[in-house]
Amino acid sequence: MSLLEVKNLKKSFGDNVVLKDISFNVEKGEVLSIIGPSGSGKSTLLRCITDLESEDSGEINFDGTFGLVFQNFNLFPHHSVMKNIANAPIRVQKRNKDEVYAHARYLLKKMGLEDKEDFYPSELSGGQQQRVSIARALCMNPDILFFDEPTSALDPELTGEILQVIKDLAAENMTMVIVTHEMNFARNVSDKIIFMDGGVIVEQGAPEEVFSSDNKRMKEFLGKFYE
Amino acid sequence: MLLSKIIEELMWGMGTSIEIFLLTLLFSIPLGLVVAAGRMSSFKPLQWFMKAYISIMRGTPLMLQLIVVFFGPYYIFGMTLSREFRMIAVIIAFTINYAAYFAEIFRGGIESIPNGQYEAAQVLGYNRLETFFIIILPQVIKIVLPSITNEVITLVKDTSLSFVLAIPEMFTVAKQIAAAEASISALLIAGGFYYVFNAFVAFVMERFEKRLDYYDT
Repeated sequence: MSLLEVKNLKKSFGDNVVLKDISFNVEKGEVLSIIGPSGSGKSTLLRCITDLESEDSGEINFDGTFGLVFQNFNLFPHHSVMKNIANAPIRVQKRNKDEVYAHARYLLKKMGLEDKEDFYPSELSGGQQQRVSIARALCMNPDILFFDEPTSALDPELTGEILQVIKDLAAENMTMVIVTHEMNFARNVSDKIIFMDGGVIVEQGAPEEVFSSDNKRMKEFLGKFYE
Repeated sequence: MLLSKIIEELMWGMGTSIEIFLLTLLFSIPLGLVVAAGRMSSFKPLQWFMKAYISIMRGTPLMLQLIVVFFGPYYIFGMTLSREFRMIAVIIAFTINYAAYFAEIFRGGIESIPNGQYEAAQVLGYNRLETFFIIILPQVIKIVLPSITNEVITLVKDTSLSFVLAIPEMFTVAKQIAAAEASISALLIAGGFYYVFNAFVAFVMERFEKRLDYYDT
């Protein structure tokens, strides 16, 4: 059985149909990228799966914990880096404090932020803040990590450092679903790609299949990136 | 009357002023939070009720509210309230008046917290109560503190309005002395005391603000 199954998902905001019958699966250890133009429903899809929006109909089958990395990080400004990462595992998951701190320090080190645990988010660069938010998500021991345009708020230089972190996680077989506009990255890192447009999945499959698709809409979309 | 005697009597009055001040803060701040919650509720009748309440409290004179709270029960229900009830009436009137102002300050603060903070908290598994008290409220306090300081300073001066119910607070005492002595000096000294009281309040509030300076949003 797949780790995550989405079946016939539908979602409208008033008269605006954002998701029309979306179905796909994510297997354990798989990296799935969701690409498509703005307004195609990518982020709404992710928000339905992570319970930030409720779907109108359809099924989402997933049994486990997940983490979500936001476009705007959404770190808690009044908590130190350490508290941002460790507070939920301690309070919500009722895990041992020392174990959580050790885990958080391990993750900070992995993110190249081992000297930043007492800093506050406003004292960090955007790239550093996003790495803290990835560490925060990972510290919950998620079965799946979702990314909602994790580099869209960052300049190109900082984008690279976040993409590298995601690549490293992929190499460790972390299951990930990534909504992104970074086409080359999606092509290189993903096991599977979904191309959405107008609330439907136009193409899904292995990167090479999707990127070499004959679909007119897909070609138009990719053309804009490879001009 | 000797100057030292005037000062002594004013100090006694000030004790009552401080009592009104502290009790009002103690009750009106939590009540303000509750009113703000009701004002932001998605349950419309509650929202309308709180809106009307805030509108009346802010739209009519506090002095009138003091009179209504004390004499209202007599005119409406024919109840005669003992003189001891005067102090309770003052605290009730001040509390419901200031809670309305605090509620609007809290509402502004709460609404200025970006939605992403709630979403991040939800994804991390915090329940609604934890989200409010661990994530939202500490940030709201930092945002609203300068406005709260303003209200608190106004409250110090507003305690003088309780002279309408003949509460022996500092202003009432000063007025009595001034009338008896046919001299303004007691009133001026009282003015000095209010000023010192407020300088202290401002100092304390500034300390609070400094303590929250450790982060930026």
